[in-house]
Amino acid sequence: MNLLFIIMAPLFGALLPLLFKRTPRAVQTLITLAVPLSCIAVLLNYAPATFAGDVPKQFVEWLPALGLNFALRLDGLSLLFVSLILGIGVLIIGYAHYYLSRDDDEGRFYACLLLFMASMLGIVMADNILLMWAFWELTSISSFLLIGYWFHSSDARRGARMALATTGAGGLALLAGLLLIGNIAGSYQFDAVLAAADTIKNHDYYATALVLVLLGAFTKSAQFPFQFWLPHAMAAPTPVSAYLHSATMVKAGIFLLARFHPVLGGTEMWLTIVTVVGLITMLVGAYFALLKHDLKGLLAFSTVSHLGLICMLLGIGTEGAIVAALFHIINHACFKAALFMTAGIIDHESGTRDMRKLQGLMGLMPLTATLAMVVAASMAGIPPFNGFMSKELFLDQAVQQHLFGGLSWFVPILATVGAALSVAYSIRFIHDVFFNGDYKELPKKPHDPPRMMSAPVAILAIMCIAIGLAPMTMVSGILDVAASSVTNASTTVKLSLWHGFNLPLLMSFVAVVAGILIYAARDQLFTFNRQFDGQDAKHNFERIVQRISDRAAQLFDRLDTGSLQRYVAFVLISVIVIMLPSLIDLSAITGGKPQQPIDVVSMVGAIVLIAAAFATATLHRNRFVMLMMLSVVGLMVSLAFAHFSAPDLAMTQLVVEVVSIVLMILALFFMPQKTARASSGHRVFRDIIIASFIGGIVATLNFAILTSPAESISDFFIANAKIGGGGTNVVNVILVDFRGFDTLGEITVLAIAAAGIHKLLNKLKPFMPSSDVDGRPWHRIKHPLMLTNVANLVLPMAMMVAVYIFLRGHNLPGGGFIAGLIAASAMILQYIANGVDWVKGRFNVNYQSLMSIGVMIAALTGLGSWLFSKPFLTSWFTYLKWPVVGKWEFATALLFDLGVFLTVIGATMMILSNFGKMTTRHRPTYEGN
Amino acid sequence: MLGTILQIAFLLFSLSILMNLWRLVKGPDLPDRILALDTIYINSLALLLLLGMFQNTQTYFEAALLIAMFGFVGTIAAGKFLLRGDLIE
Repeated sequence: MNLLFIIMAPLFGALLPLLFKRTPRAVQTLITLAVPLSCIAVLLNYAPATFAGDVPKQFVEWLPALGLNFALRLDGLSLLFVSLILGIGVLIIGYAHYYLSRDDDEGRFYACLLLFMASMLGIVMADNILLMWAFWELTSISSFLLIGYWFHSSDARRGARMALATTGAGGLALLAGLLLIGNIAGSYQFDAVLAAADTIKNHDYYATALVLVLLGAFTKSAQFPFQFWLPHAMAAPTPVSAYLHSATMVKAGIFLLARFHPVLGGTEMWLTIVTVVGLITMLVGAYFALLKHDLKGLLAFSTVSHLGLICMLLGIGTEGAIVAALFHIINHACFKAALFMTAGIIDHESGTRDMRKLQGLMGLMPLTATLAMVVAASMAGIPPFNGFMSKELFLDQAVQQHLFGGLSWFVPILATVGAALSVAYSIRFIHDVFFNGDYKELPKKPHDPPRMMSAPVAILAIMCIAIGLAPMTMVSGILDVAASSVTNASTTVKLSLWHGFNLPLLMSFVAVVAGILIYAARDQLFTFNRQFDGQDAKHNFERIVQRISDRAAQLFDRLDTGSLQRYVAFVLISVIVIMLPSLIDLSAITGGKPQQPIDVVSMVGAIVLIAAAFATATLHRNRFVMLMMLSVVGLMVSLAFAHFSAPDLAMTQLVVEVVSIVLMILALFFMPQKTARASSGHRVFRDIIIASFIGGIVATLNFAILTSPAESISDFFIANAKIGGGGTNVVNVILVDFRGFDTLGEITVLAIAAAGIHKLLNKLKPFMPSSDVDGRPWHRIKHPLMLTNVANLVLPMAMMVAVYIFLRGHNLPGGGFIAGLIAASAMILQYIANGVDWVKGRFNVNYQSLMSIGVMIAALTGLGSWLFSKPFLTSWFTYLKWPVVGKWEFATALLFDLGVFLTVIGATMMILSNFGKMTTRHRPTYEGN
Repeated sequence: MLGTILQIAFLLFSLSILMNLWRLVKGPDLPDRILALDTIYINSLALLLLLGMFQNTQTYFEAALLIAMFGFVGTIAAGKFLLRGDLIE
């Protein structure tokens, strides 16, 4: 067995309840229970080592380059938390079985719960601080799912969102803090971080890192001023609250403080921030707990208060304070989980959690009442229960500390106030619900729940008593090791119920008396608080979120105007601003290469190119003329390619020109022939200036590149094309061999685009003009005779050329892409000359399949190399002696090229024939021809 | 001798392309422009072949072949558009 099991079992076990969704609920529960129970078994295997002072570890490399490893440790602190998470988890699962109603999806609940359990276990066992952060975020997400379990309720959704937003934001801060720490320490492994503790504390960024980490801890543990999310998370099913807000989720922040205490703690800053925040949280939480009428609301704020207490102890940071904090973590988990479950039972049995409606349930639910009194007494800090002892320790620490110089005396006083409030709300929980007069009419007549539902509460209540009576046997062992892993020195804990008469005991006594008095005077307190009623944290939070998103929407509206002109102008102006300064000094960027002489033909070509481009821009409002001009531009570019030694490019460009002019004229049929004037005069002026600058920049860049004798990668390809790829046409070898994977991606995109166009045009019924732009009716003859004959003549020739270009592509200019376009052009000509029906009658190929087959051939050729244990798309070639043809090269790249060829034909034809079909199908028939 | 003739031919074809360009931009009618485009294609084809002869290479042959084979498709498409509006029916 292996430490990994403890995390992996619940992580993958989360699938089990979903897989067994159809089985009876009891089976689901048992299966779910098996997961944490098996983890406990593994844990017991490791615990002796931890108790002996070792730290069992597990290390699996994950992303070593980022310093992120799946490293786990089980030191004392981890052991303490793992036991709590698993132990309380088992009880919660059993409890939830009885709590959830028939309509609730138990499988989903258990799946989320196990996922949450896994992430919590991950946090406390992580030996790598980045890994810990990953699990930290997982708890945020899984707790979001759990709090929002009843997603039909708006309260649950809002509560879940609030928890996610708050803890998620804290998580981001934490990540930043951890990255800083890891950077300072040079590693993200916890041991390395620990060893670098002094470096970190003396580093310039210590304050930043500390604040960021504390932000993470405080948001998670609902410390002031982030306490607002926790009460709203009470919209969750009670088992979730009992689990998340007693032993797990909110304890993650506390765990973080404890874990990083040896690394970050002990400084002035840590002491001040953590202690003060803890103290404030304790008082604020306790005060609001007393005011809540909702049972779970009371418990939520009391959780906030107790977390504040623990936080304050961790802030003080002496050995005694650490022990007290850890001890209180155990005690709080016991009594708070039990209290939440009790609240759930009361809610479940009576139909309400409102303390103003509940009263006198003692007679109806004697068992529940007895158990509740035990655990509430523990919360209040009444002897002989466990809560009493940790409270004594806390008060002792409050007396002993001297953090605030002359003002230190106010800490014990405030601590006593907090304790008194704690007593008051504990009394309220018991007295309001179980006594306070006789039973009144409630939605349901309550009685004690099934025995098994009370069992978890009973177990926890017994724990409270047992720890209280025999602390040394129950917890001193685990506190020893846990405290020593926090203080980094071996610790021996001495706990006893009776400390003799001393100041803390007196303070406890004062607190109990004051608590009773406060409870008695609670009505005045409610009246006093009523004046603040409008302040609901949820509404404030929603308002802030709403305001932020409104602002964002406004900003977005201002930026995203939907005007393409504007976007292009923005982009181009930024280019000008960024590029211009470095290009102004032309002599600095001119390289040493001499310029070539210019000949007449090139000059004429350049003139035509410039004139046609200029005309395209100026005549753009007359779309047909613009297309003519564009076509000339394309031709001139192709000639330039041919002239400057790029025959492959020239051929491709020429055929692409043919296909695109046809495509654009096809589309033009459905569009206005003239574009309305889109820009006012001054805007045109602005655009001309921008365009001139951009043109100048591009020209300058070209000039700079062409004159500088740059080393280029082409030498490698030229040297390796023949020996590595078996072809002498470097361009083609690059396409089908060196960068074959790119080509595969490109033809796939082409096929997807064609399929998309097919879908878009499928049901389109465009407007079909019955006359041309000048109002002349269309000519009668659909398929002119001369055109038909020429087209029929061109087809076989073009096909032959296509095959020729395809076959020679590997060694001479050509290849599958050009050949595909040539074949497609010849067929387009057939469509134009003879019409869709004529072609369909003679050549009925499904272009969609053709295209898919092409992609598949290319992909399978690539996969084929796996059969010979070579990487994807490794090509192979040989020379065969063929009759008549002679020596001829055969390369797998040729097969790949065949795939390209077919895909190009399929995609091109699919796009064009879809346009064609669209008109034939919907053409008005009144022409009578 | 051949060199001189080629030079003269280059000059003449370049000149005619410039004249085609004039017709293309000036118009005045669409058929004028379409014909100008077609002629530019033909003259370019000639220039490519001349270049091949001048440099004594076959590199430009395929490009010229493609212009010869498909240069007129654009013209046809434009013409059909004027006649029927719809290219593929």
